[in-house]
Amino acid sequence: MDMWNIFVAFISSSIPLGIPLLYGSTGEILTEKSGHLNLGIPGIMYVGAISGVIGSFLYEMSCGNVKENMVPALAILIPLLCCIIGSVLMGLIYSFLTVTLRANQNVTGLALTTFGIGIGNFFGGSLTKLVDTDLPNIILTKTSDFFCVELPFADKLGWFGQIFLSHDFLTYTAIIIALVVSFVLNRTRVGLNLRAVGENPATADAAGINVTRYKYLATSIGSAIAGLGGLQYVMAYASGVWSNNAFGDRGWMAIALVIFALWKPTMAIVGSFLFGALCNVYNYVHHFFRLGHTANRELFNLLPYIVTLLVLIITSMRKKREHQPPQSLGLSYFREER
Amino acid sequence: MADMVKKTKEPLLHIAKRDDITGLKAWLIRIAAIAIGLLLSGVISALLTGASFFEVYEIMFTGVFGRIFEGKTTMLWRFLQQTAILLCLALGVTPAFKMRFWNCGAEGQALIGGLAAMVCMMKIGNAVPYPVLLLIIVVASLAAGALWGLIPALFHAQYRTNETLFTLMMNYVATQIVAYYVVYTTAGDGSGIIKPVATGNLPVLLGEKYLLNVLVVLMLTVAVFIYLKYSKHGYEIAVVGESQNTARYVGINVKKVIIRTMVISGAVCAVAGMLMVAGTDHSINTNTIGGQGFTAIMISWLGQFNPFIMAAMSGLVTFLETGAAKVADSFFLNSSYADIVSGIVILFVVGCEFFIRYTVKFRHNKKGGNA
Amino acid sequence: MEKTPAIELKNITKTFGAKVIANKNVCLTANHGEILSILGENGSGKTTLMNMISGIYFPDEGQIFINGEEVMIASPKDAFAYKIGMIHQHFKLVDVFSATENIVLGLKEKGKFNLKAAEQKVEEICHKYGFEVDLKKKIYTMSVSEKQTVEIIKVLYRGADILILDEPTAVLTPQETQKLFAVLRRMRDDGKCIIIITHKLHEVLSLSDRVSVLRKGEYVGTVNTCETTESQLTEMMVGKKMELNIDRSEPKNMEDRLEVQHISCVNRQGATVLDDVSFTARSGEILGIAGIAGSGQRELLEAIAGLQYLTQGDIYYHNPKTGETDDLRNKTPLQIRELGVRLSFVPEDRLGMGLVGNMDIVDNMMLRSYRKGKSAFLERKKPKDLAEKIIADLEVVTPGADTPVRRLSGGNVQKVLVGREIASSPTVLMAAYPVRGLDINSSYLIYNLLNQQKEKGVAVIFVGEDLDVLLELCDRIMVIGSGRITGMVDARTATKEEIGLLMTKTASVEESAEGGSDNG
Repeated sequence: MDMWNIFVAFISSSIPLGIPLLYGSTGEILTEKSGHLNLGIPGIMYVGAISGVIGSFLYEMSCGNVKENMVPALAILIPLLCCIIGSVLMGLIYSFLTVTLRANQNVTGLALTTFGIGIGNFFGGSLTKLVDTDLPNIILTKTSDFFCVELPFADKLGWFGQIFLSHDFLTYTAIIIALVVSFVLNRTRVGLNLRAVGENPATADAAGINVTRYKYLATSIGSAIAGLGGLQYVMAYASGVWSNNAFGDRGWMAIALVIFALWKPTMAIVGSFLFGALCNVYNYVHHFFRLGHTANRELFNLLPYIVTLLVLIITSMRKKREHQPPQSLGLSYFREER
Repeated sequence: MADMVKKTKEPLLHIAKRDDITGLKAWLIRIAAIAIGLLLSGVISALLTGASFFEVYEIMFTGVFGRIFEGKTTMLWRFLQQTAILLCLALGVTPAFKMRFWNCGAEGQALIGGLAAMVCMMKIGNAVPYPVLLLIIVVASLAAGALWGLIPALFHAQYRTNETLFTLMMNYVATQIVAYYVVYTTAGDGSGIIKPVATGNLPVLLGEKYLLNVLVVLMLTVAVFIYLKYSKHGYEIAVVGESQNTARYVGINVKKVIIRTMVISGAVCAVAGMLMVAGTDHSINTNTIGGQGFTAIMISWLGQFNPFIMAAMSGLVTFLETGAAKVADSFFLNSSYADIVSGIVILFVVGCEFFIRYTVKFRHNKKGGNA
Repeated sequence: MEKTPAIELKNITKTFGAKVIANKNVCLTANHGEILSILGENGSGKTTLMNMISGIYFPDEGQIFINGEEVMIASPKDAFAYKIGMIHQHFKLVDVFSATENIVLGLKEKGKFNLKAAEQKVEEICHKYGFEVDLKKKIYTMSVSEKQTVEIIKVLYRGADILILDEPTAVLTPQETQKLFAVLRRMRDDGKCIIIITHKLHEVLSLSDRVSVLRKGEYVGTVNTCETTESQLTEMMVGKKMELNIDRSEPKNMEDRLEVQHISCVNRQGATVLDDVSFTARSGEILGIAGIAGSGQRELLEAIAGLQYLTQGDIYYHNPKTGETDDLRNKTPLQIRELGVRLSFVPEDRLGMGLVGNMDIVDNMMLRSYRKGKSAFLERKKPKDLAEKIIADLEVVTPGADTPVRRLSGGNVQKVLVGREIASSPTVLMAAYPVRGLDINSSYLIYNLLNQQKEKGVAVIFVGEDLDVLLELCDRIMVIGSGRITGMVDARTATKEEIGLLMTKTASVEESAEGGSDNG
């Protein structure tokens, strides 16, 4: 392969790698705009992924594991719906604890992450036994095929097709969702109200906004969006193969990305592609450089974390008012506080 | 006029703040929450496995403590060891939490401390006398953990950089460095696993492998308690945590306190890593701490930053995790089941704080003057 | 048409927790086309009562009637539906939004979301009542009076018929107050029902038609303004005959204690908050500082206390013991203390700066003294004695010295703070808004304490907001506007209007620093 082709392949494969981050950070931005720092997002993404996996696993089984028996629309809708239901349930647990019961958001989020990753790995590791099959592990390549239909002309337009048209539909959906969220936040009445809730819930309340409802909705929809990121990872990036812990720490990176994006979904699109590329360097670096000791390649796994740290530091050095997080982020609201 | 308005019903529930709850009542609420959480996870276990509710708990108990009534203490020691390591990490993050510095980096601080110990054991294990080696291992470990605490503290003190995400990322940096080290040292045999090293192992007391670890953590528990409650440093930490403005107003150097506390926090977490590497495993991998660093955060919070309550909480969570893992094991399910069970209980405890801080009143329907 | 009261309250009761009874069996009526004042000391339950009308709190017992019909107001939304609008003392505005965005916030208007159309409608209201405000301006760049205007427009935009204003003049200059009163009178003549919450007697007398008085959460009575006097109102408010005068002694043995020379400082955003400020504080006198809230008062006191970085200028302290002069510029509070400067500071933010709310009284005493001694451990005996002494001397109402201070009432919190600051026998005592939110008895206790300190030869610096109090208590009054000193007047001869004009003046006066130094 010549350098150009490798480069195109690098860019092309970086895009789906960034998409789970984009889903995660879009969902987290929406949640944070309501004043809630949801550190449960990593767990929610696991739950979203495994819910989708369970849905499609059962559907594939019911079709006798024959691709021809499967209806494409159902093969896509069932996992999608399961994924959304699973993540929204997690979002509801989070909102019930932090909005209604006013629990500490940091602790609730962390507990939810442990819980969610536990659910993901438990069902990922036990699903085949729980439904009494003799399959050794979960491989959903058939469903994955339905998810990964390329856009027309993808293979006829050379590098352009490969970079921009060759992805699964959840990749494009991610970008559309980010743009929609951005529009809603900045150009609609609902967005104005939501931002007011996150900035100053007492003011929003006094202005007649149902603070609790906004917080619940933002957290639940945010969780649903984040959950899709998990599903995209399994169905598109991992070609339908579930392996425990494979999703890794992408959820945390998605949360860090929110700060990088200064709470703007449009900036999150740019950021997620950048981080996708950074995570991908490890896979491609040996094509471009001589690395010496075999272990040296491992060091490139550090890249996304180091860059995240730099991003955190640099954004914290800027003090512009418009670049700050929502003012009451992380604080519970109680109307009769005195 | 008013008839254009939809008549509002009297709200059924009304929430009010309460300030005057007794400590005993508060603990009763927490214990009730734990009990409900245990009950619920027992029911879920029974449903998943088909075993009866009591069977589940029997498996859990024997899975954790073994045949303790027959005088077999092996399992008990393993339980104590796990509790001790979890508690040690929780003790590490507690001073930072008291300062409202969300140190989510216990995992990384412990791992890097363990790595420092590992490097010493492998590189100079045979070069220096045993007592000197032990000293070097301890110092190197603590220094590495302290460094991992220092870096986020510096940036937080200077630029108020978000410490939660910073420390989280430091975890992954530590993990990747360990991964690199493992690949680097095993490049020759390609096994990817560092074989236990015989040099620089911590001494075994009274023939009990885990006794030293447990004793060290026990002493740390008392030390952290005294440090936070009776020392001037502890007082400064409390003031900075409650209000940085007040701290500045009375002349406390806030940056210095943040940095000092995080250095201590990182070093204590590193003790856990050192005990795991030099005391228990004599080897290292990316999973040596195994996510306990995250659990420790919840332990610290659930224990209200009180080291002794934290010790009890560590015991409870360790019991749940090992027990649930045993349940999963006996029914050939994935061991991550443990995370679900402890997650449920922790979420219940987190949620029950509401009933300690607020009361819910049902409004009695009262007819006013027009009745 | 029969005169139905716009709003009528019957037997309203509201409690917080088990012990705090904020309102007990309160009855009240207010009519269209009138201005009703609700008068009461701080802590008498005025705001709680109004919060129940505007849907922030829900009453435990009692009924609310709007235009003769019983209603249930469970949320602010319900209040809007009954055309009730409240302007809270702490403005309920979103800082990073523009004026228009704040005004339309939370409304469910038909059609597409269109800020431009809303803006036009807002401008009509401004025109009708004579408001001047830049609708595109972000709230955080606005002055307090602008913010208040936005709040009033906000409730009018929602079609409010009943307007409740909570201490609307607390942060305004006398001139701005007159302007606001004119607007309120215009609205009354327009048929609206205006309720203002206040504890200032002269405002009640000059503005309202009727006055209802609350005392300790209970309704005392209602009188027509034209038939009452200041002393009758005071008696109703306090429950006993009371002379509201502050004894002011002549300053004695004045010496220059603190010399502030040309200091400037900038805030985090880089804006200048103190600009070439110079003045001298003398022992044995009370120097008052007047100004619109947020004009640099806080920064000035913090600069002296070593909490602000100065870009220029010096602060000299003449030590009465050694006779030496020290420069305090850019020293930390600890360094200042180590120089032997006995500086006490009662900051504006009591629980956020002066005290730690979650700590008990003993631990709060320790804030100033915990460093003493070489031991690494704390010594709690002496702070405990001090706490008990302050509780006894200043009659602090508390279950004990081990009660967290946040559970104390505002007046008792302030007694603890002032008590601690005075206990170190200072030579300079700075107090920022020390009576804000306090009831009359506690306020006068604080004034007396400040006077005692003055007579002891302490240089007292008093930042206040109530010009009447400043004129009665202080010896000299320095006026600060936008971080500059705009004047120094003799408190015995100056008038409120004179100070009000200085407060809004932007250009600094020539030789402002020594302007009023010819008294005493």
